[in-house]
Amino acid sequence: MYELLHDLLGDSLLVYVIGAALPLLFVLPFAVVAVLLEMKVSAHMQDRVAYMYTGWHGVLQPVADILKLLQKEDTVPAAADKFLFRLAPFLVFMGGYAGFAALPFSSAYIGSNIDLGVFYILAVSSLAVIGLMMSGWASNNKWSLFGAMRSVAQIISYEIPSALSILVAVMIVGSLNLQEVSKFQEGGIQNWIVFGGPMPLLQKLLLLPFTITAFFILFLAGIAEVNRTPFDLPEAESELVQGYNTEYSGMKFAIFYLAEFANMFLVSGIVVSLYLGGWTSPFGDVMSGPIWSFFWFVAKGMFFVFLQVWIRWTLPRLRVDQLMYTSWKVLTPFLFVCIFAVGLILVL
Amino acid sequence: MLESYLPIFFMIAGGIAFGVVMLKLNEFFGPRRPTEEKFSTYESGMEPVRTARERFSVKFYMVAVLFILFDIEVVFLYPWAVSFRELGYQGFVTMFVFIVILLIGLYYVWRKGALEWD
Amino acid sequence: MILESIVFYSLAVASVGSALLMVTRRNPVIAALYLILNFFCLAGLYLTLQAQFIAVIHILVYAGAIMVLFLFVIMLLNLGDERKLSDAISPRKIIAGGLSLALLLELLSIFVTGTEGLPEYNADQALQVGTVEYIGKQLFTKFLFPFEVTSILLLAAIIGAILLAKKKPD
Repeated sequence: MYELLHDLLGDSLLVYVIGAALPLLFVLPFAVVAVLLEMKVSAHMQDRVAYMYTGWHGVLQPVADILKLLQKEDTVPAAADKFLFRLAPFLVFMGGYAGFAALPFSSAYIGSNIDLGVFYILAVSSLAVIGLMMSGWASNNKWSLFGAMRSVAQIISYEIPSALSILVAVMIVGSLNLQEVSKFQEGGIQNWIVFGGPMPLLQKLLLLPFTITAFFILFLAGIAEVNRTPFDLPEAESELVQGYNTEYSGMKFAIFYLAEFANMFLVSGIVVSLYLGGWTSPFGDVMSGPIWSFFWFVAKGMFFVFLQVWIRWTLPRLRVDQLMYTSWKVLTPFLFVCIFAVGLILVL
Repeated sequence: MLESYLPIFFMIAGGIAFGVVMLKLNEFFGPRRPTEEKFSTYESGMEPVRTARERFSVKFYMVAVLFILFDIEVVFLYPWAVSFRELGYQGFVTMFVFIVILLIGLYYVWRKGALEWD
Repeated sequence: MILESIVFYSLAVASVGSALLMVTRRNPVIAALYLILNFFCLAGLYLTLQAQFIAVIHILVYAGAIMVLFLFVIMLLNLGDERKLSDAISPRKIIAGGLSLALLLELLSIFVTGTEGLPEYNADQALQVGTVEYIGKQLFTKFLFPFEVTSILLLAAIIGAILLAKKKPD
């Protein structure tokens, strides 16, 4: 992609500016689609039909929502710390959005082809933690602060399992760059890391149980890091009103939502590129190429976004003690077993 | 090398610019009718009681400390995983010893009941 | 290269500025947030030195983990305002001042002696040294013993944290 832009525009900074703008052009339409998906899927799961009047079957409702939010009064509580209150939504959004730079959208495009790839995503998502904490503290509201503290405790507890489950795939590939990880899995569905990767048959079969476990845990920890049901304690509306964004209104509130949807896709993107072949076609060389690879990446990503919505309407919310139990006493020990086993299989 | 990080800076700048533009649009289109009630802290319709910045439980502190320690472990694990193939058998044993020592720590924390949230 | 020096000087100014703001703020939460900004500037400076792994670790561990702990502790102790903490000149402050002065003198001596006697790295080598593969190989072959000792240090830290936090009030 950058080569193409270089050919078109010559050696100027504009190349990087355009290349860097592409993820934003993806996130915004994605958020609109995701709002609609969330609305429609949840409605149909409960035998409702959701909005039907704005456009065909209500497809224009997200656009109407955005226009409505633009006309809302932007309030800042008198007791809040004004500066931090305004800064917090930006940080939360940046934590998710900056991660998109290291997602390989297609065999020809990755926002920023850095060696550290997925490690960079882990680091930059810590910005969101700081932002959440800031939003809760600056609001000077009990619900906000409780929600923020819970949210931060939850995200940092689940960061260990997610980092360790990413590690299992990294051990197999030997690279942190998600573009390389995707390339490693080329050649069809049997080469995806969740099925043991492109290894000799015996090694593959030995790896299989551990890669599937790690894949499952990564998705689970990902949902927890995005604070979605069944891990949505930070905004448990029956006890904490709206959690950390109780005091926010208008566009600032919308930015928190945009961040949530961006994070949903980021988590799906990481799972897909590490374990499900990224942009590679499941049929080997059939239907591959830069455009098809973009299609595969987005299709796989959207499937996991759909799965997150589905889970939301299927499972009840966990209690805080169950949450901590799952992270520290179940997922973390399991992953250490996975790491040892994968290491042993690869060394022998 | 620095060039490959350049798009990240532009992305962050673009994201901030987008946010600022949206907030300015909101300011432009939205009404501005401040009342004292509207700007008071929301407490489910009650008069706000004291400040929200109360003291917090030591449990949060425990979780944060454990997170830091395991985070540092993860930082060591990543370079190991990347050069794992080349390090071979010796690298595996090295990391085995390292992780086992830390698992003793996890076991201790577990037995002491610091992972229970009550 | 002009781009690199622009990046370097803007980050340098921002990091010194945020550090000054951090020290002068009255509210500890806001001071902590300026410290986070400072960490991000330092990570950027590491990038200009081609040390990408250190840069990312700096954000992951310092800005992401240690600062969360700092903020939790500030909220745990409810330090609304640092004036509550300020006390008159005590022996502790004098010792701290002396140590800071010693550190300042050491830093100045480095400025004076410059880079004499240090191994020279050219740009290509620096690029090599900063990668995660290189660090992994060095850490697990040349610096094996310090690495293993680190695990004991971390174990001691875990036990210490439990002892502090789980102490029964008498």
